Amino acid sequence: MVEVVLETVALTMRFGGVVAADNVNFKLRARELRCLIGPNGAGKSTFFKCVAGLQTPTEGQVFMRGTETTGWMPHQIASMGVGIKTQTPNVMDELSVFENIWLAARRFHPVAEANRKAQEMVERLALGPIARSTLGRLAHGERQRVELGLVAVGDPWLVLLDEPAAGMSAEDVERMTGIIHELNRTAAIVIVEHDMQFIRSIAKTVTVFHQGAVLMEDHVDRVMSDATVRNVYLGKKA
Amino acid sequence: MPGRFVKDVWVTVLVTAVLIWIMPLLIGTYTLTVLVIYGMLGLSLGLIWGFGGILCFGQTAFFGLGAYTYAIAAINIGESTLPMILAILVPAVFAALLGAMMFYGRLTDVYLGVITLVVTLILFKFMNSTAGPQYVIGKARMGGFNGIPGFPTLNVPGDPDTYIWGDPYFYVCAVLLALVFLLVSALLRSSFGRVAVGIRENETRASLMGYDVRARKTVLFAIGAAIAGLAGALFANWAEIVTPSLFSLGQSAEIIIWCIVGGLGTRLGPIVGAAGLAYLKFLLGQQAVVDNTLITGLILVLFVLFLPKGIVPALVGLWKASFGRRPLGRIHQARRMRGGERANG
Repeated sequence: MVEVVLETVALTMRFGGVVAADNVNFKLRARELRCLIGPNGAGKSTFFKCVAGLQTPTEGQVFMRGTETTGWMPHQIASMGVGIKTQTPNVMDELSVFENIWLAARRFHPVAEANRKAQEMVERLALGPIARSTLGRLAHGERQRVELGLVAVGDPWLVLLDEPAAGMSAEDVERMTGIIHELNRTAAIVIVEHDMQFIRSIAKTVTVFHQGAVLMEDHVDRVMSDATVRNVYLGKKA
Repeated sequence: MPGRFVKDVWVTVLVTAVLIWIMPLLIGTYTLTVLVIYGMLGLSLGLIWGFGGILCFGQTAFFGLGAYTYAIAAINIGESTLPMILAILVPAVFAALLGAMMFYGRLTDVYLGVITLVVTLILFKFMNSTAGPQYVIGKARMGGFNGIPGFPTLNVPGDPDTYIWGDPYFYVCAVLLALVFLLVSALLRSSFGRVAVGIRENETRASLMGYDVRARKTVLFAIGAAIAGLAGALFANWAEIVTPSLFSLGQSAEIIIWCIVGGLGTRLGPIVGAAGLAYLKFLLGQQAVVDNTLITGLILVLFVLFLPKGIVPALVGLWKASFGRRPLGRIHQARRMRGGERANG
């Protein structure tokens, strides 16, 4: 059996009276690619934030490679080798593309190595011509690509992506799918996503959230054809 | 990278040498000295605000602490070398504690401004209330509103009887400002400085990259306070008295105005802003027709409206627009060629 890299045990998150994540037991194995889907307010993003350290769960535990990380700060989790991309683009707009990627690489490598790694990543993502441009001036798709690049440059063994395809053109999505597959060779990946087209193209196993809890977890084809899932998420007509 | 820093050093040395030679011909060294000291104070806020994104409303607290530390230590020790070092360390440690409290408490923006402002006010009130004979540190009486006069001023290290004053003192201050400027330049080129700018740009991303934002902001805040403390000690030596007005609100606000007018996010801007505005204030102080805070206020308003980035960025922009076309063109050409190669390959 492959090593479990991410596990949550009875993870619960309450905001006042609202239970945003309810007793979530989740397991992810090394080099697995898992999509989390569910209607708005199903608790996907809350679950994501609890795992990434952006929020502290009310109850339950999070384990990464066997270490309990419940209540850790995001920088502690990131320092373990976990790459995180949040729902809204989180990049350094006034800095150049290269500087953004370099800063991510520098966290894990000495200067010379970081220079090399950042340069490699710039070339891998075909960002060469715009490497010295200020990030804030670039198109949304390019900024998403840079953000994925700075996640990838740290050689993570676990990658958490919240809606990576949001607002991207078909061409950008295709390019990103390629990058994700490449990342997947060495890292386990969790993707929170709304775009069904994208999920069909990339997912193998899908976890469906509904009202804060896990509704089902199965192969993408079975999930898509499941009557309950269609009811809660896709709507009866779909 | 290292090559560019060497160039930076040479340019700084050259410009400093020229200025030290020319400026005394235009303005008296006594006035120049305080302008240089204010420049250093401006630079200290310019570093943490312009590059670290920490808007501190109480930079003058560290300036005042440096000055008071120097005065009290100089009276007790009787010479100036150790007091100078203490005047850097005490504000730095104080800022590290205050910063740790704020940054680990996840205070940001407005709250940070409020806390630093309140700390300055507390120091101001406290120093004003220390008139009684019970407020004594070693041999030094705090003196309340009247402050502390009559402490030994700067002497040649190791030779307490040879004081540095007058023109030589101006040279010492100018050289120290150049050194601090180079240290700040080196810091900003280092990984620590680049990460600090990254934190200014996006704290969440910096922490998701794995950087401990709280610790890094605390360290940067302390470095800024150390520079302000040094400026404070130099000021104490220049004025030969320290008073609670060092902690006043007016002084706090002025430092912020220096940075805005000079140009935030540049190393030179806050120095230029500080020296320029302080000199203007000095000139206006010699006449009684217009109130000089009115003028300072007007200047701030005009800058915010018409030159929001400040003097230095505006001048750099002007320079690039009129003289920088050719090198810029070459870069564009190179970029286009590289893009072409990629398209062909």
